[in-house]
Amino acid sequence: MKAQVAALRPMLIALGLALLVGAVMMLVSGSNPITGYAAILEGSLGPEGWSTTVTLAILVVGSALAVALPLRAGLVNLGGEGQLVGGGITAVLVATALPDLPTAIALPTALVAAGLVGALIGFLPALMENSIGVPLLISSLLLSYPIVALASYLVRFPLLDEGTGLPQTEILPSGYQMPEFGEVSGALVVMALIVAVVIVIDRAMPAGYEIRLTGLNRNFTAYSGVRVDDIALRVMAGGGAIAGVVGALIVTNFPYRYVDGSLITPGYVWTGLLAAMLARANPIGAVVAGVFFAALQVGGSALERETFVPRELSSILQATVIIILAGALALNARKSQKVA
Amino acid sequence: MEWGGIFDWALFESVLRALTPVLLAALAGLLCTRVGVFNIGLEGLMLIGCFAAVAGSWFSGNAWMGVAAAVLAGMAMAGILSYFSVTLGADAIIVGIALNLLAVGLTSFLVRTVLGAQGTFQDPDLKGLPLIFSQSPLTYLSLALVPAFVFFLRRTVWGFRLQGVGEVPGAARSLGINTHLYQHMVVVASGALCGLAGAQLSLGNVVLFSDNMTAGRGWVAVVAVMLGQAAPIGTLLAALLFGVTDAVGVRLQGQGLPSQFTTAAPYAITLIALIAVSVRARAVARHRARGGPTSGRGGSPPTPLPSTSPVTSTAQGDTTHV
Repeated sequence: MKAQVAALRPMLIALGLALLVGAVMMLVSGSNPITGYAAILEGSLGPEGWSTTVTLAILVVGSALAVALPLRAGLVNLGGEGQLVGGGITAVLVATALPDLPTAIALPTALVAAGLVGALIGFLPALMENSIGVPLLISSLLLSYPIVALASYLVRFPLLDEGTGLPQTEILPSGYQMPEFGEVSGALVVMALIVAVVIVIDRAMPAGYEIRLTGLNRNFTAYSGVRVDDIALRVMAGGGAIAGVVGALIVTNFPYRYVDGSLITPGYVWTGLLAAMLARANPIGAVVAGVFFAALQVGGSALERETFVPRELSSILQATVIIILAGALALNARKSQKVA
Repeated sequence: MEWGGIFDWALFESVLRALTPVLLAALAGLLCTRVGVFNIGLEGLMLIGCFAAVAGSWFSGNAWMGVAAAVLAGMAMAGILSYFSVTLGADAIIVGIALNLLAVGLTSFLVRTVLGAQGTFQDPDLKGLPLIFSQSPLTYLSLALVPAFVFFLRRTVWGFRLQGVGEVPGAARSLGINTHLYQHMVVVASGALCGLAGAQLSLGNVVLFSDNMTAGRGWVAVVAVMLGQAAPIGTLLAALLFGVTDAVGVRLQGQGLPSQFTTAAPYAITLIALIAVSVRARAVARHRARGGPTSGRGGSPPTPLPSTSPVTSTAQGDTTHV
């Protein structure tokens, strides 16, 4: 228990300092930081905001796990945008090809197909790194550009809903529309399932142990007989699959269509990436950090309504936390080395 | 589509325009690589430069004040990277990625609070850089920097020391070189170069600021350094590949090709070039391992663990790559 508290200390320090930075920025923008933070809390967790927070958190937590799973093995998956968009457009294509399926078959088909396409997009950079040494960090990122462009082309030309004058597809057939339970979408159930699978693999399966070991020391793990190249392929495919499903969850929820840019512009992928980094790739931590960052984002919009402070403050806070955390962790590591 | 009408003088000019920001940022990345810091924050440093250039020019009424502001802002931002990664020893990859995202949020925030615009700031009174033979002075500067870098790295004591710090820091330290000081100076200088790159983008290529206007050029610069193996001429050629694809793409778009394809093309070509170079590097390494002639530099001994590629270690903060 004591060790766990000690492990959390750098995180709490980073959070505290980032909130301080935020307070200074609010003061400079001419607003009272106490009012500002109260607006963020009220706006994200209050009666008006909590369902928006849950909706956003589903997508951010998914994006966070898509990064956390590979990061656990020491791989940085920067290709989330391509994987997300690839999954989203696949779900639309499945719905266009098979419009008459009943919900019980249609939705799972679309989600699985989206997951498979996302997995392929995540798998390719890992394969290229293993076989020809192309750095995964860069190739996963660059691969996103052509995929995002292709999806944008499909939405603006072959799949365009010509009646609306907006770059969006037609509304998906009713079988592909995610059912809602009160104020919360069925997407929550899907995400809970994904979270459960990732946590079970991480905690209770040999694969999870091997992944963690690879992340701690790849050469040593390879030396002890684990096929680390295969692990890289699996975690990147797994991460890509989760991102692909998140893409499908976006288009199968309100407004039940693919609006060009709607998967990229809100920045789910990057918020998720920062959340995974804040959790240091721990899946349970990634869920907590994802909810926290989603709340911060929703609160940021409330902040903008209540004060003079633009909502971009929440992105600034998220990035600042990660930078300070990286520094605090490095200092910690140096200290513990000195003690030993 | 008329291919004959695509290659002309105007295309050459737009190639230079597209090349300049990428080349300046790539030269920044090259220096960092040589001194042993993997700087993937180029994108964010450039974006901060874009904003500072526009803000500086707007409030002073002078484009050169904008350039100065961009250089200072780039240096300040790079100072964060250098303090955290060199002094504290934090993972440069994590800090670099977070810096890129910080730059996106910070510039959007400042556009609204400082310039009072949302998304895009544009004004007829905003002064852009003067043009000399239809190019901004920064274009000539960037091209002049390439031979200057060759001279600096090959012929000056500082250049040699800088490379020594990157290649064998222990040996450099034993010769009395302050390795951290070299790394700090280089990273901050890279911020200045990225600031220039940003100024070229927002006061040279266009005269406006819009959210996330660097749109991945900093990442292309990171790849250009890899493709050019951190040598000035090679990096120039790699950046040129981007410039040509970008300019040809814009031209083809004018001829009716959907913009989705032409805007993605430079990134796709960059990725393909990276794959091609990696295949070749792998073939050369295999040739050497079989006992072929070891020509050139960097003949490293074969790794005892054939299944691990050295490249993956970049993900753990190691600075050796490609």
